[in-house]
Amino acid sequence: MLELSGSKALVKALEKEGVSVIFGLPGGAIMPVYDALLDSGIRHILARHEQSAAHMADGYARASGRAGVCMATSGPGSTNLVTGIANAYMDSSPLVAFTGQVPKAMIGRDAFQEADIIGITAPITKYNHQVRSASEIPSVVKKAFLIATSGRPGPVLVDLPKDVQTEVAQMEFPDSVEVRGLSLPLDPDPELLKKAAELLAGADAPFILAGGGVRISNAHRELVRLAELLMAPVGTTLMGKGCIREDHPLSVGVIGMHGSPLANMLIVKADVLLAVGTRFADRTTCDVKEFCKEAKIIQIDIDPAEIGKNKRVHLGIEGDARKAMAGLAEELAKRLKGERPAHWYERIKQVKAKLHNEEGDGLSAPRLLRRLRKLLPDDAIVTTEVGQNQMWASLHFKAYGPRNFITSGGLGTMGFGFPAAIGAKVARPEVPVVDIAGDGSFQMTMNSLATSVSEKIPVVAVILNNGMLGMVAQWQRLFFRGRYSAVEIKPPDFAKIAEAYGAQGMRAESMEEFERAVKAALGSDVTTVIDVPISPEEDVFPMVPPGCKLEDMIGV
Amino acid sequence: MQAGGYDRGLKGLKTFIFGTLVEHKPGVLQKVSNMFRQRNFNIESITVGPTERGDIARMTITMRGEEEDAVQLEKQLRKLIDVLEVKLLDPSETVVRELALVKVRVEDWRARSDLVNWANIFRSRIVDVSPDSIMIEITGAPSKIDAFLELMKRFELLEVSRTGITAMERGLNRIGLK
Repeated sequence: MLELSGSKALVKALEKEGVSVIFGLPGGAIMPVYDALLDSGIRHILARHEQSAAHMADGYARASGRAGVCMATSGPGSTNLVTGIANAYMDSSPLVAFTGQVPKAMIGRDAFQEADIIGITAPITKYNHQVRSASEIPSVVKKAFLIATSGRPGPVLVDLPKDVQTEVAQMEFPDSVEVRGLSLPLDPDPELLKKAAELLAGADAPFILAGGGVRISNAHRELVRLAELLMAPVGTTLMGKGCIREDHPLSVGVIGMHGSPLANMLIVKADVLLAVGTRFADRTTCDVKEFCKEAKIIQIDIDPAEIGKNKRVHLGIEGDARKAMAGLAEELAKRLKGERPAHWYERIKQVKAKLHNEEGDGLSAPRLLRRLRKLLPDDAIVTTEVGQNQMWASLHFKAYGPRNFITSGGLGTMGFGFPAAIGAKVARPEVPVVDIAGDGSFQMTMNSLATSVSEKIPVVAVILNNGMLGMVAQWQRLFFRGRYSAVEIKPPDFAKIAEAYGAQGMRAESMEEFERAVKAALGSDVTTVIDVPISPEEDVFPMVPPGCKLEDMIGV
Repeated sequence: MQAGGYDRGLKGLKTFIFGTLVEHKPGVLQKVSNMFRQRNFNIESITVGPTERGDIARMTITMRGEEEDAVQLEKQLRKLIDVLEVKLLDPSETVVRELALVKVRVEDWRARSDLVNWANIFRSRIVDVSPDSIMIEITGAPSKIDAFLELMKRFELLEVSRTGITAMERGLNRIGLK
């Protein structure tokens, strides 16, 4: 037992959880905690907007596999976190958010900077809790991290009334806590694994679809083993991108609305589909009723509520992706005798050969991204914004590792990529981190330049600058008779903005200049913004028009 | 899911009853009902009250929908950390009750005697009488209360207050902690 104030107990509990960094921004109702942080070894990274603090913590979590921590004051500080929390929720990212709150006696009186953050974040957190007495803090922190990181990860918010932060109490720091309402994942049922192995072993054209769950459970090795056993093509969702090296002969790329033609063409021909750690999101399946209609579908997910939620499946297996795939591989190895039929693999090679990407020196987004891939080391981390930049990156930037491609999938949050890059760089300082941005998205959180410069967290932003809210413009060209409504954004001089913040700013108007700029950025210890003008009329193709099925892909 | 729902003849959808145990603390009802709204479930009633254990409350949830909606609802409930146990109750093995207070304006003595007779037939109780009104307490399956209220339409109904459904399995079956 230790006699401590609530804020000191919080900091101590965070240290005990192994937290080494917090992304945040202070304010009145969280000041006691900020004071206590001064006496701690935990690094605080000062954001310039709370939304960015949450994205940084999210980027940190995705790059490291550990929980990311963000902090904000009450009222607007906490509501500014909301987009970042919702983003983490949609992509199952372990985020722990701490918010200040007005003192208990003021709650409900519409006090200065009061907001009901518990009510507001209930639908976008895995769990949230308002601390009512200081002595709860050590166990609440322990529970928060356990809930955020176990099973299917997700954000947890802890709200701290100011008087609780200053209240002194006898504190007991438990080594473990029990959360009776938390269902921990079961081991996958061996009988079901056997059934799945039977189905796959008998398949003529099996296909593996790997989602974000494969990345989260670090199941990339098991994924490749399974694919090689079956000689089956592996497509991923956007969240699963990189779970298999995208230069692996069995990798066919990302499935979906802007999926790779190879992936979309092959998945629809599958007779048995093994889907792991994916919820069959609408951007992945397109018309979900028509999606792989003829195939027998096996779904593995750690969250039982995802099995059959969006797509009816023939066989649902609850459990951790890594354990399930390891078990499945064993069962399969027993059943697969001799060589796998080569026709399916031949088909992959044939289609791959047909889809040869043209190269050239014009500044098109696809060419820029393919060149960027060549300039970056294999283990570099790429983050993206949302829109055309993201879909081009998905199509043309090959990812070579499961935690090397970080993007906002479910919520589709513009402004995510740049702060997420900062968070990722904090998690893995030894590798270069590049945000593939658009001029629209970058403007949403570019004040994070101040954070990256003053905290000396050097990242690179490559802005594919078409002066447009490009994806909206593309839809207006395709589906609204070319009538542009509110999409022309006349962006500022990004190089000058970067310089004004103390970062490096460059503009690349040819492929040669682009190459030089990227090399200079990688060799520098200062954040670099590379502004690359591209055509305002360029579309992302191929594309499955909204409401259509994967087979109806256009612009291949 | 072994238990099925029962049909109250409403648009072909079935009614499903879930017994749940939840953390007995502020905000839990909000989290549960918020989830129903967010995920578009068609909820008929939620009742909540303390149990024999001080730290656990019991919630009885009635929803209308297809079988797969019920499966999804059960799974989504289980995901809430404050929800400790969820059980879909088999209507043939469960006692389902609701209580209603019904206030009727009756000035005429003949009508008053009819009302008292009917109330007796339904085994309900008269709990308040004034010169111009009668308040009746009726307990039973929701269909019984529906039928009683239908009959009460012959009078001038002043107020109806229904508690929503509460339910408990017969025999030794019970909702235990997971």
